[in-house]
Amino acid sequence: MSEPLLQVEQLQTHFWTPDGINRAVDGISFHVGAGETVAIVGESGCGKSVTAMSMLRLIPEPPGKIAGSIKFQGKDLLKLSEKEMRAIRGNEISMIFQEPMTSLNPVLNVARQIGETLRLHQGLSARQAEDKAIEMLTLVGIPEPARRVREYPHQLSGGMRQRVMIAIALACNPKLLIADEPTTALDVTIQAQILDLMRDLKHRVGAAIVLITHDLGVVAEVAERVIVMYAGKKVEEAQVGALFRTPRHPYTQGLLGSVPKLGSSLTGTETRLAEIPGLVPSLKRKIDGCVFASRCAYATDLCRKLAPALEEKAPGHVAACHYAMKEAIAA
Amino acid sequence: MSRPVLEVMDLKKHFPIHGGFFGGVTAKVYAVDGISFSIDKGETLSLVGESGCGKSTVGKAILRLFGLTDGQVVLDGTRIDDMPAGTLRPLRRRIQVVFQDPYSSLNPRMRVRDILAEPIRNFGLAKNKAELEERVALLMDKVRLPRDAVGRWPHEFSGGQRQRIGIARALAAEPDIIICDEAVSALDVSVKAQIVNLLQDLQKELGLAMLFISHDLAIVEHMTHRVAVMYLGKIVEVATKRDLFSAPKHPYTEALLSAVPVPMPGAARERIILKGDVPSPINPPKGCRFHTRCGYAFDRCRVDEPVLKITDAGHWAACHLHDRPAAENPMAGAKGADLIAAH
Ligand SMILES: Nc1ncnc2c1ncn2[C@@H]1O[C@H](COP(=O)(O)OP(=O)(O)OP(=O)(O)O)[C@@H](O)[C@H]1O
Ligand SMILES: Nc1ncnc2c1ncn2[C@@H]1O[C@H](COP(=O)(O)OP(=O)(O)OP(=O)(O)O)[C@@H](O)[C@H]1O
Ligand code: SF4
Ligand SMILES: [Mg+2]
Ligand SMILES: [Mg+2]
Repeated sequence: MSEPLLQVEQLQTHFWTPDGINRAVDGISFHVGAGETVAIVGESGCGKSVTAMSMLRLIPEPPGKIAGSIKFQGKDLLKLSEKEMRAIRGNEISMIFQEPMTSLNPVLNVARQIGETLRLHQGLSARQAEDKAIEMLTLVGIPEPARRVREYPHQLSGGMRQRVMIAIALACNPKLLIADEPTTALDVTIQAQILDLMRDLKHRVGAAIVLITHDLGVVAEVAERVIVMYAGKKVEEAQVGALFRTPRHPYTQGLLGSVPKLGSSLTGTETRLAEIPGLVPSLKRKIDGCVFASRCAYATDLCRKLAPALEEKAPGHVAACHYAMKEAIAA
Repeated sequence: MSRPVLEVMDLKKHFPIHGGFFGGVTAKVYAVDGISFSIDKGETLSLVGESGCGKSTVGKAILRLFGLTDGQVVLDGTRIDDMPAGTLRPLRRRIQVVFQDPYSSLNPRMRVRDILAEPIRNFGLAKNKAELEERVALLMDKVRLPRDAVGRWPHEFSGGQRQRIGIARALAAEPDIIICDEAVSALDVSVKAQIVNLLQDLQKELGLAMLFISHDLAIVEHMTHRVAVMYLGKIVEVATKRDLFSAPKHPYTEALLSAVPVPMPGAARERIILKGDVPSPINPPKGCRFHTRCGYAFDRCRVDEPVLKITDAGHWAACHLHDRPAAENPMAGAKGADLIAAH
């Protein structure tokens, strides 16, 4: 097998804080193939954004400290100089964030926002950059692109701002797009537009996508493969179908059981929501056993003492649980 | 049939926009523009719709956080919207609210004990100190927090625990109606399930009426008895949960249902992607407010504003399509399952 586009090995991003070291990301490994869409899910604070920021080396160091390796097209990004890294950011790897208002520059019009990256990375002239900006706005479905391109972020609606973010991210034909909660701040009908746009663009542009979200519905709709994170660790990974059909890790099972499914009142499958008791553990204290043991219904002394290794429980399906069944549990 | 515990009739709330040289009123936000509904004892009615459609404004108007532009709010047969503050006081106890943000809605300088004691004292619900303490302890039990946590400060609790305190505070007043304004929206998935279950249990146990304001349709379906869908300050559809999810009668509801991502990979469903954004409530479109985004709009929709009409027993929709013969009405059938891929 050829080398994947992105290969993350034992990524560890810790933060120094006055009351201890925050193990935000604590040794996770995964890969992303060319053109593939991989989702990272998990609850607030489990380290999704820190993983994304680490991949682009946008973590302030100190207080942060990144270890491990992040091989992108064979090159370890953690070994590059800041200058080399800048040539990759926004060019070969680009990123879209949850809140476009804070990531767009309020004093630049749309033409400049998009043009800036193009001029920086591709050396286009101002004129060419503006033409390309209009082309990109058309691509992301903004009506009247020639007028909109002269507007400023505050003149745009939330959905349009997110489209502009996507236009900027795609302007240089990246090979990898990291999208951190790209639709979380949007209304559901606008979210549907943006997800539709992302799917459509993926077919046309062919970029691989790392999609970060806490919304299992969004995962089911766009991802091909899913990584479940809990307290800074990867606890499960599988193809999207397998993950939803036969979740192996008790945390994933709990997560899936805790969201109501639209339409359950029609099928008579309405049940009480599953609760995962308790709270996510603090990342500032070292956890010896399984990170989920304090909330897991199946936990035994073994779980509390020894951290389970990630094991392949079925082809392409790994989970870090001492008891996760090797055979599919008939659901 | 007994009278609903809460009735809202033709409620309007317009916010003036000041501007211009003399700072006069230059325009108005038609935040809520003539809506009516009622809630029975023990019933949950949900208000759904996208950001800015006026959901919170409805809740705040009922709570009298500001005056109404027009309309009436009737609590158990008594009109309360025009009552002077003094007379309103005892009635105020009967409607309580739980907001989205447990962080900002709890006073950081009060211990949990005092947060819960305040409404009990204000409304004179305890005869003496011992009874007050007892009530506070029982409230902690009700929301499943340890009794000995009453001495702690809000910042010592997690988001979900703070929301439990917010719920306990609302229950302290012994209300008949609870308004939940996005009460679970800010919570993490697994914690959200805990609070949803708690609210459901409490409602059953105490026979509370609930106005559940949310933009999350899956949670609404799970929680509610009936649903009112809002768009730009108007209710466009009202129905029982089952009717609304199985056979939406308004094109906006249909689009909303089809837009919700469902956690079922590969689910084959009909997708309706609305074009454009929600128009501004300062200048809502003439005719049907939804016509700028509606895939079925025809000439009449651009000039004539549809009113809520009954389409089936207990099912109301404001759409001109229902004046057409069934063969020419794409909203006549039952297609909920195709939209949401119910299996
Ligand atoms: N610059 C920083 N300094 C110190 N700690 C940080 C910093 N950035 C993030 N953290 C911590 O790292 C942990 C993981 O945060 P992260 O933002 O990755 O969570 P997340 O999974 O993206 O959550 P959410 O769903 O809320 O966005 C948290 O405990 C957070 O407080
Ligand atoms: N005090 C106010 N002054 C002026 N306009 C207001 C005021 N409060 C609300 N509005 C406007 O009224 C409209 C309805 O607002 P409201 O908060 O009721 O919406 P909502 O449906 O609760 O939205 P969300 O889902 O975002 O909470 C919005 O356009 C809002 O900007
Ligand atoms: S009245 Fe016309 S525009 Fe409005 S929802 Fe019905 S068909 Fe669409
Ligand atoms: Mg994040
Ligand atoms: Mg609101």
